[in-house]
Amino acid sequence: MASPTFLIIEDSPTMRQLIRFALNRIPGAEVIEASDGVDGLKKLSSSKVDLILTDINMPIMDGLKLVNLVRSNEAYKDVPIIIITTEGAKEDRERAMALGANAYITKPIQSTALLSTVRDLLKL
Amino acid sequence: MTKKDTEEQGKRPEYLERGEEFLEMFRKGQEFTHDLLRENERLRFQVVHLEETMKRKLEVPDGGEPGPASEEVTEKLAQYEVRLAELEARLNEVEAENVDFVQRYIDVEEQNNNLANLYVASYQLHSTLDYEEVLQIILEIIINLIGGEIFAIYLLDEKTETLNPEASEGVSISEIPQLPLDEGVIGKAVLANESYFNDNPSKDLNDLYNDPLVCIPLTIKNDVIGTIVLYRLLQQKVTFAPVDFELFTLLAGHAATAIFSSRLFTESKRKLSTYQGFLDLLSP
Repeated sequence: MASPTFLIIEDSPTMRQLIRFALNRIPGAEVIEASDGVDGLKKLSSSKVDLILTDINMPIMDGLKLVNLVRSNEAYKDVPIIIITTEGAKEDRERAMALGANAYITKPIQSTALLSTVRDLLKL
Repeated sequence: MTKKDTEEQGKRPEYLERGEEFLEMFRKGQEFTHDLLRENERLRFQVVHLEETMKRKLEVPDGGEPGPASEEVTEKLAQYEVRLAELEARLNEVEAENVDFVQRYIDVEEQNNNLANLYVASYQLHSTLDYEEVLQIILEIIINLIGGEIFAIYLLDEKTETLNPEASEGVSISEIPQLPLDEGVIGKAVLANESYFNDNPSKDLNDLYNDPLVCIPLTIKNDVIGTIVLYRLLQQKVTFAPVDFELFTLLAGHAATAIFSSRLFTESKRKLSTYQGFLDLLSP
C-alpha cells in the first residue's frame, strides 16, 4: 500500500491532532477527519479509506454504532477499524471486538503502539 | 479551522524528520548486519567444503605419502579460518552497536511521543479566545493526554478568598464543593503556589474532595488565578509517566494564560456590544 488513507473519527480536536501527528509518520499518509459518527460515515462514502480510527463516546452517533454500520455495509466491511477510547473495561473491549473492531487502544495513547497496530493491520 | 491551521497541523515537525533520519541509519545498520551474516554463512560453507576436500585429498593410500596438494589446502583452510574469526569478531561488534541503536531508537520514539503531546496541548490551548472552548480544551487535555477520570478546574475569587469550581469531568459541577483558601490540601497548595502530588490517594469516594491525587495551581508569573485538581485516573492509567509532569507544568502556565486572556476577551466583547448598543440608541 503506497499511500494509505486514514479516517479519524473523534469529537476532540486535541485527540484528532495527536492521532494525525502519529499517522503523518507513515510516508504518503492521507488523513481525513470527522467529529462524530454521522460525519465519519459521510466522509467514508466520499473517499477511499484504508483504515478507520474511531472514538467510542461521541455526540450524534457513537463509535460502537458506527462500527456496526460499517461492518454491515458490503462496501466497507473489510476496512480495518481501530477503537481509541477512554473506556478501559474488559467488557467494553469485548463488545467493540464482537461488533467487528480490529483493535482496541485505550487513552492516553502512545504513538509507537498506535503506529505498530496500524502497520500490522495494513501490513506496512 | 482555517487553511493555514490545517497546513500547520499537516506539516511534519523537524523532530519527526530527525527521528526518521535516525530510523534510516538504524535500517542501514540492520542491512549491514544481514550482509555480514550472509558473508559469514558463505564462509562457513566454504570452510566445510574445504575441510571435506582436504579430508579427501589427505586420505593417503596405504603405504603412500601426503602430496603437495594437501599442504596447499591446509594453508588455504588456515587463511579462511583467520578471515572467519575476523568476521565473527566484527559481527559481534555490529550486534552490540545494534543493541545500542535499538535502545536509542526507543528513547527517540519516546521523546517524539512526549514532544507531540506537549506541542498538541500548547497548540490547542492557544487556538481560541472563547472562554468556554478554552475550558473544554483543558478538560480534553487532562482526559486524553494525561488520562484523568475525575477532575475539576477551580478559579480563585480574590474578594471572598475561595476557590470556585468552573468546569469538571467525571462528576457534576454542582457536586464539587467551593473551597476556602486556607483549608485543606488544595487551599494550602494554592496559597503556597506549589503543586501537590499524592502517592497514595484514598479509593473512597467520600474522601475524594479532601484527598485529591494532584493539585496544580494555575499561575501567571507569581499570581495564582485558580487550580486544576485531579481526583482520579482512568482505570487503565496505573501511574504517572514523566511526560505527565511536563504536561502539568505546561498546564500550570499555559492554561492559566489561556483562561485569563479568553475571559478578558469575552468580557471586553460583551462590554463592546453594550457600548455599541448605547451608541446606537444615542445616534439619530
